[in-house]
Amino acid sequence: MAEIRTEDMVLNMGPQHPSTHGVLRLQLTLEGEIVIDVKPYIGYLHRCFEKHTEAMTYPQVIPYADRMDYVNAMSNELSYVIAVEKLMGIEVPERVEYIRVIMSELQRLASHLLAIGTYGNDAGAFTPFLYCMATRERVLELFEITCGARLLYNYFWVGGLSHDIPVNFQKKVKEFVEFFKPKVSELNNLLSFNKIFIERTANIGILPADYAINAGAAGPVLRGSGIKFDLRKNDPYSIYPKFDFDIPVGQGLKGTVGDNWDRYMVRIHEMEESIKIIEQAIDNIPEGDVQSQIPKRVKPPVGEVYARTETPKGELGYYIISDGSLNPYRVKARSPSFCNLSLIRALSKGYMIADVVMTLGSLDIVLGCIDR
Amino acid sequence: MDIKEIYNILKLAFEEGIGEPVTDKPVDPYMIIDAKNINAVCLFLRDEERLQFDYLNCLSGVDYDKDNLAVVYHLSSFALNHKLVLKTVVPKTDPNVPTVSDVWAAADWHEREAYDLIGVIFENHPDLRRILCPEDWEGHSLRKDYKVPEFYNGMKVPY
Amino acid sequence: MDKFLLDIFGSELIKDLIIPVPLFAFVIVFALYAVLAERKVSAFMQNRPGPNRAGGRTGILQPIVDAIKLLQKEMVLPERADKWLYWMAPFVVFTGTLLGFAIIPFSSIYVGVDLNIGLFYFFAITSISVVGMLIGGWSSNNKYSLYGSMRSVAQIVSYEIPTALAALNIVMLAGTLSMQKFCELQAGGIQNWFIFGGPGGLSKVILIPFLVIAALILFISTLAEANRTPFDLVEADSEIVAGVHLEYAGMQMVMFLFAEYAQMFAVSGIVVTLFLGGWQSPFGNAIPVLNTPWMQFAWFIGKGLFFVFVQIWLRWTLPRLRVDQLMQLCWKYLIPIALVCVFAVGLYLVL
Repeated sequence: MAEIRTEDMVLNMGPQHPSTHGVLRLQLTLEGEIVIDVKPYIGYLHRCFEKHTEAMTYPQVIPYADRMDYVNAMSNELSYVIAVEKLMGIEVPERVEYIRVIMSELQRLASHLLAIGTYGNDAGAFTPFLYCMATRERVLELFEITCGARLLYNYFWVGGLSHDIPVNFQKKVKEFVEFFKPKVSELNNLLSFNKIFIERTANIGILPADYAINAGAAGPVLRGSGIKFDLRKNDPYSIYPKFDFDIPVGQGLKGTVGDNWDRYMVRIHEMEESIKIIEQAIDNIPEGDVQSQIPKRVKPPVGEVYARTETPKGELGYYIISDGSLNPYRVKARSPSFCNLSLIRALSKGYMIADVVMTLGSLDIVLGCIDR
Repeated sequence: MDIKEIYNILKLAFEEGIGEPVTDKPVDPYMIIDAKNINAVCLFLRDEERLQFDYLNCLSGVDYDKDNLAVVYHLSSFALNHKLVLKTVVPKTDPNVPTVSDVWAAADWHEREAYDLIGVIFENHPDLRRILCPEDWEGHSLRKDYKVPEFYNGMKVPY
Repeated sequence: MDKFLLDIFGSELIKDLIIPVPLFAFVIVFALYAVLAERKVSAFMQNRPGPNRAGGRTGILQPIVDAIKLLQKEMVLPERADKWLYWMAPFVVFTGTLLGFAIIPFSSIYVGVDLNIGLFYFFAITSISVVGMLIGGWSSNNKYSLYGSMRSVAQIVSYEIPTALAALNIVMLAGTLSMQKFCELQAGGIQNWFIFGGPGGLSKVILIPFLVIAALILFISTLAEANRTPFDLVEADSEIVAGVHLEYAGMQMVMFLFAEYAQMFAVSGIVVTLFLGGWQSPFGNAIPVLNTPWMQFAWFIGKGLFFVFVQIWLRWTLPRLRVDQLMQLCWKYLIPIALVCVFAVGLYLVL
């Protein structure tokens, strides 16, 4: 029989595609359903963040930092203000630190809920997505009563906060914690331990631990590979050392360590840990003025700083060079999504189209953070 | 391990091209490494038993001063939990820096970004293309002397 | 009913023209309201109101409003698409599905046509819609569509086998292929339905597990034939966007949707006819008023709608399988198990 001549098919997934989580283009080279090669093209959402910062004063950058990872604005702000505070040597009041931690952990819940919901949606299960969004709504309500905004807050300022928390905030957070606790097991029943879902995620997109480190994976992607590393514990910032929480890691319960299911499960467990932190923090917020340490003029000395924090997506670092003027000389953001996305090629070769979607979802990227 | 000790270890391993650590400026101390050495130094930092810098946090291109560009490497170690900042400075007229993407796979995209926005050319990089700007974009936008072009593909740019 | 109509009109031709009219009307109305039902059921499962503007809180007019909107839409022809094939595909799909309704026995007095090879005809004719899918996917000149149509062909052709094998159990028990005969044989109440072994002595008890399994296999594989979740790889909006439907707009799209929803009822009708007594009342003739020909319509449609509801329910609960897992399920699990059932039933009949 004469050999049949076949050709590989090149399929552009994106920039407009429901599961690329934004305007990402993946150029897939396919042999039937099997993926031979993936070439990601990014930059469709490039907003010149780093160029913009050169023309702005330090506090003016904060709203732009919000817009980096737009589903995760609090953590972005935290990272940026910590960097500037480090550069200026500002000690913020304890009350501010507590509020910041609570806000960041609430934001972590919101971000993980979105990641998990859309991940179910990628797998074809739409209902968990809406369940997660409904729960996330409650978090956004908490933010709304605090600073008026639901998505982009501009809440953490250099040296303090833009507002104090409202009077009934603690009560509302406690209500939310009680509301949230059963949601995790509900989600587990609906999605995490669904046979089809496990089939779709276990043993797919396996990321070995040594490669994860070498390739700069961060956050749940790194921990999904079984590495117990969390900046909140390993390189503590703010007041995280005061709290007692675990670092969940991927254990390969349903497949190999470092597969999609592990990364997914790390997020589920992290939500439980965040709830723990919030519970510990919410009753202990000390009294004080949240704006007492805000400098009149943010004018750091000549120098440079690299501050990193653990956002829901992973390590977000701001490298700031100051030339002693009111405007930063250079701000570079090391975005976790950027580093995690660069893994997609290694993770999806040899799997199927449907697996590329699942692997991409498990990396939990936000294009605003990647393209900046 | 602080930067002085790391400097001493490096000084022993490499005869030249290792700058004195700069510690007087806030906040992070750094060392300036010669561009031609950077790949070897990074490989040494990663594999040396006492250092084990296995993680590249960040690689940034910087418009350093009037005539020079810099590449800044933020390294950290999982095993030993210490950090290090390296810099390499190259003239704008000849902005060639050896790649470290063979040392840390993470450097791949970071170097493409530095190439795209600053214009540092990374020698031996496997796939040095623009990453954030379109492939036919002209100029490197994060340089201080960068002027936004009037037109891009016939479209007016400033609006 | 044939005779009745023949008496009224006195012409074979007019009678043949009249017979499909209620069928057609049913399919259209069902498909319209199945869309609403899907939206309402999913809304209920997801704690949200669902369509609640057109026609009050129930959204009862929503399908009509949707239809009017879609009718006004432009029918887009993609660049470099194969024009004739592209226009043809939705009609082929819809026709294939609609023709399947011809043998669905709605009541003892009404069936489109009582073929003596009814079941065989159904399997044969619904395969036509696969051709439509293939045509649509190919002619759209879109890679996603092509992938969708390739998946659809592979999927539907594979799942014909477990469907046929599961149905074969009943064919062997009943000794007929006529849909009306299946229903008539299950007379006398719920214990005589084929899922409980059909009419017969006490020895049929050993058949029950096999027949329950066969019913499940039939239901699962007809789900796949109707391209419903968890087997909706053909559309797979998160992977290949919408597959075959991707380029279609307006009424063309509606044709595909109608075909899908009509298919949902058609396959439910098959499951109901073969295993759940068709139009028979579960009480048999014990309560005669529940087994009049007009009540039989209600029983049949009610049972069918229940399975449609289950399909919707599954869709909004389960994630989607992957292509290779789909094939694995079919060839490694469903077909061998169905074969075992066939073997067991055969053995029972021989002994």
